[in-house]
Amino acid sequence: MAEEPKPMSLEDKLGLLTYKNDHQTHIKLLDANVCLKCPDKPCATGCPAGVYVWDEPQKKIVVSYENCIECGAARMLCPYNNIEWQPPRGGFGVSYKYG
Amino acid sequence: MADEKFDSIVVGAGPAGVSAALTMAQAGLNVALLERGEYAGAKNVQGAVLYSKMLEDVVPEFWKDAPLERAIVEERLWVLTEDSGIQVGYKSAKYNSVPANCYTIIRVEFDKWFAKKAEAAGVTLITGVTVDDVLKKDGDIIGVKTTEGDRLLADVVIACDGANSIISQKAGLHREWKPEEVALGVKEVLFLPREKIEDRFNLEGDQGSTTEMLGDITQGMLGYAFLYTNKESLALGVGCAVDDFQRTRIKPYELLEEIKRHPMIRRLIAGSKTLEYSAHLIPEGGYNSMPPLYTGGMLLAGDAAQMINPTHREGSNLAMASGKLAAETVIEAKKRNNYSARSLGLYRKKLEESFVLKDMDDHKDIEEKVRQNRDIMTIYPKLACESAHEYFIVDGLPKRDHQRRIIRRIRRQRGIFQMIKDFMSLRHAIG
Repeated sequence: MAEEPKPMSLEDKLGLLTYKNDHQTHIKLLDANVCLKCPDKPCATGCPAGVYVWDEPQKKIVVSYENCIECGAARMLCPYNNIEWQPPRGGFGVSYKYG
Repeated sequence: MADEKFDSIVVGAGPAGVSAALTMAQAGLNVALLERGEYAGAKNVQGAVLYSKMLEDVVPEFWKDAPLERAIVEERLWVLTEDSGIQVGYKSAKYNSVPANCYTIIRVEFDKWFAKKAEAAGVTLITGVTVDDVLKKDGDIIGVKTTEGDRLLADVVIACDGANSIISQKAGLHREWKPEEVALGVKEVLFLPREKIEDRFNLEGDQGSTTEMLGDITQGMLGYAFLYTNKESLALGVGCAVDDFQRTRIKPYELLEEIKRHPMIRRLIAGSKTLEYSAHLIPEGGYNSMPPLYTGGMLLAGDAAQMINPTHREGSNLAMASGKLAAETVIEAKKRNNYSARSLGLYRKKLEESFVLKDMDDHKDIEEKVRQNRDIMTIYPKLACESAHEYFIVDGLPKRDHQRRIIRRIRRQRGIFQMIKDFMSLRHAIG
């Protein structure tokens, strides 16, 4: 019987990557009120890097832009076109080694 | 580099951009190739299967020094349910040719090599530069602006900036994608010693295999998973439509973890170590949602132009072919000294004459048809596996009873006429 592989957490996956972090964000939520009314918050589940997290006490989506792996899916995941995503400035962001 | 003028500026050093830049430089044009990553490949993700023909058209005898992983001698398709699977495959000694039909590659290594070829041909490669706007004059594109505010001018800009092509949007050539027009792929590169890979996948030396997986493995979402063999690693990934991720609220990285635990996959990757996790968009909307391919002073190639044939797992080859045709268009436009939309319209004609737009056209409705009939993604794999189970089981019941059960199950779950309709509507998927 094969050994049961240990599930790998998202933190472990992201921990393998090399980033060069910019001090300024490349992701903006256009209107925080839109997130309040959004029932499903698909950004919080569909983002492959868990960049978008709903903070219940603060009642807002917290954006950890420094974890972004730059797929760009967030723009389409948001049903209200409320996420403005630009590629990071030149030279910043994730650098894949295998790709 | 304020207001420097080039014959052409290519944005993005992926397969489309490097093919375009290299082809133009070989014809003596003064070309700048701009890449937002710290090095070519830094932002690029692919399965990755490289098709020889389209690269050979740009770099003859590439196999002599390109960083290739394994020559693909076997292509497998698995139709999976939760605990079962039907395996179809084609393996042939005819694939033992040089060059092979296709190879697996590590995209970052390949992109670095490919960009070096362009530099050797005279292309000015500038890395670490993000283009965030185009410069216009009298409605035509005359250059680009970077996030640092630098302006670079050119007779023609070729947008090869991938699935998230900001500049084709800025040029007014493209609106934003809709969620159903793009797939989100996540992938891991898993280290495994080469002897284990060769034993587990029945391979010799640098031979390789690809496996595509359909069915329950995507949990009802439109898409597929894949497992490719590299020399000393496996690439395991899954891509599904963004609207399905939206609808199901499945987390892509958790989906990948579940795929690793599937009984058909678990043994193949056992003992491996993850080297890298990555994600990328795949613009799969097809022919009907392609943006216009040119305007005055600008051409689009590769993912930026949505050149993906998902039913055949093709993309980087369309990128290379379109990049080369874009370059040839610019070379001819330079002879006429005319970079108007009318002059650059030659690009579309070239693409129509090549396999690129013919294949895109032939496969234009498939995703839409599957989407309208979404349950076929799970019903058929289930029916096929259940039928196979009935066929092979030996439990004392006469074979005729098992056959009747198979027919009854098919009738109940789909109906013969509905099945014929399904296959008719999807015949291009395999064509």
